[in-house]
Amino acid sequence: MLKWIKIGCLLLLFSSCNDTGIETYTPYSPTLSPLDIPKIFADNILPPIIPPDNPQTVEGIALGRKLFFDPILSANNTQSCASCHAPENAFTDIDRFSDGIDGILGNRNSMPLFNLAWNYDNKFFWDGRSFGLEKQALEPVKDPIELHNTWSNVAQTLQSHSEYPDLFLEAFGTSTIDSTLVTKALAQFQRTLISSNSRFDKHLLGEITLTPSELNGFNIFMDETKGDCFHCHGNANNPLWTDNDFHNNGLDATFLDKGLGKITGDPNDDGKFKSPSLRNLKFTAPYMHDGRFATLDDVINHYSEGLVNSPTIDPLMKSVDNGGVQLSDSEKADLKAFLLSLSDVEFINNPDFKAP
Amino acid sequence: MKPLKKIILLILFITFIGCDNKDDDNTEPAPTFGTLTINFNHYWDGEKVTSADFDNTVFANANGDKLTISKLRYLISNLTLHQANGTSTKLSDYYLVDLAGLNSNTSITISDVPIANFSNATFTFGFNETDNVDGAYTDLNSASWNWPEMLGGGYHFMQFEGKYGATGTENPYAYHMGTARVSPGVFEQNYIDVTLDGFTTTGDATLEIKMNIDEWFKNPNTWDLNVYDTPLMPNYDAQIMMRQNGRTVFRLGELN
Ligand code: HEC
Ligand code: HEC
Repeated sequence: MLKWIKIGCLLLLFSSCNDTGIETYTPYSPTLSPLDIPKIFADNILPPIIPPDNPQTVEGIALGRKLFFDPILSANNTQSCASCHAPENAFTDIDRFSDGIDGILGNRNSMPLFNLAWNYDNKFFWDGRSFGLEKQALEPVKDPIELHNTWSNVAQTLQSHSEYPDLFLEAFGTSTIDSTLVTKALAQFQRTLISSNSRFDKHLLGEITLTPSELNGFNIFMDETKGDCFHCHGNANNPLWTDNDFHNNGLDATFLDKGLGKITGDPNDDGKFKSPSLRNLKFTAPYMHDGRFATLDDVINHYSEGLVNSPTIDPLMKSVDNGGVQLSDSEKADLKAFLLSLSDVEFINNPDFKAP
Repeated sequence: MKPLKKIILLILFITFIGCDNKDDDNTEPAPTFGTLTINFNHYWDGEKVTSADFDNTVFANANGDKLTISKLRYLISNLTLHQANGTSTKLSDYYLVDLAGLNSNTSITISDVPIANFSNATFTFGFNETDNVDGAYTDLNSASWNWPEMLGGGYHFMQFEGKYGATGTENPYAYHMGTARVSPGVFEQNYIDVTLDGFTTTGDATLEIKMNIDEWFKNPNTWDLNVYDTPLMPNYDAQIMMRQNGRTVFRLGELN
């Protein structure tokens, strides 16, 4: 009788434990390294999104950084994430369409990477198809026009590498490498890519004074009768400079690339893409999901007089009858000066974000 | 055996305190506090409107213009229940209702609300001047809910957008409401104090607050979208008409 009670109790005890509790215990203690949240973010917006099962650690971030810059993730050892996401371009590239390892071009412009932990809805890519940064990182490795590899091959290659098994052991307490751990490390590194030191940030912190042209450009940005950009691209109290939501901003009458509509299956979503952040535009040309605009002037001209009507165009694209709100040349120049004040030279030069 | 017994007891103990302590005592007095759920529901001429209608259903407003809706979000603050004896219960500081989009929000649940006979419920549509502090709320900033400083700053009260006009030649409207600008640097408060009918709860309850969207275009000002479509934020007359029309928009709905 007592024996059964004992067994019962033991069972109870175990069932209330996490099932990993029974496994052999490997002592490891990565050093927690919570994100250093800039004052301008802490004061104004909600805290970043960090999945509870992937805390930021010194070892995890270092491993993610190494992986991000290492062509070992590609099938033929020629391309890394950084090939299309280069630090000097705020982690995008200068091509309209990036070519993958086989030289085949995609149909989308690479996206800059920063402040990703503040994408509260956690939807990544131009069409929001990946939920969470860990899941997102599964894609480029196996994408036939990107790294064109398989995850089992990646795991094998990393496993037989002279350094990686130890680095995974330090970061995650196991040297058995799989896609989950690789994407966790990549996500940790990418979350550290925080941009918050633009001229405009410094102006908000009272450290510098903007030029009259930059200030006037900000007014145009905020003025519903002029630029009216702030409804989708943030404002002085939202330092992300994006709403991370999906809109049709009047690029085309019909859509070769349906964007969000392809993901949701709802024709009302056709032609909608994620609003990009307006930080770091100085380094991120060309612009839009298909990189159609080579310069910021092209972008401003688009909003001023180049809007194209379509059934899903956003209601905020006003005066579409006239192609847009018709900014004057000096208004355009000021708007551009303001937009460039959101670029962060310290970010692209941060030694922590360069190849290790 | 002794220590083992102790361990067993300890385990049993731990297992028990880990359980929810459900009281089977039947003699408890009737509860005086309950959970109140408030659903914000939206109607057009009596027909319920949900996000499924967005960009699909064509509505006709009082002026006879055909329109579709693609966004409807609005802010209410200081939602408070009042009893005849003077007791008032504030249910929430502020709440951003959003019919669609990534963060649809149309319901709040509040625990520990008195079970009582309420003579009325009040709230502010938007923020009053004390609460409408530029940049003060991180969640609203994160939702890009801010109202431009040049128009008095603070926050939007409502963003109601879509298209109107004949199929194929639609034009956009953006019925955005917030502080009214009289002239550069001179602003007028534009929030609405809303009072809803009273109701009586007898336990946990679900209350419906109805927004009759058609009223925004109706009473007392028949809204002509051909004149007032966009931009409306800096348009003083439009802002004041929104406030006037907004007074009859909300009604107490069903209580369950
Ligand atoms: C061949 C070029 C290429 C390579 C290599 C590449 N990417 Fe990308 N990346 C892109 C393109 C193009 C997009 C946008 C694709 C889309 O929206 O369909 C993108 C989008 C992203 C995004 C989404 C950002 C956002 O804000 O939604 C992240 C994150 C990202 N890449 C990370 C990575 C990582 C990590 C790697 C390495 C494992 C990688 N990329 C390798 C081209 C590349
Ligand atoms: C209705 C929301 C909305 C408004 C208003 C809006 N944009 Fe955009 N913006 C977008 C979207 C969505 C994209 C991406 C579109 C695409 O690639 O298909 C975009 C792209 C851009 C880009 C390209 C960024 C990049 O990295 O490729 C710039 C620059 C830009 N917008 C600036 C502005 C300016 C300046 C204004 C005001 C004149 C403005 N936007 C108004 C939604 C908006």
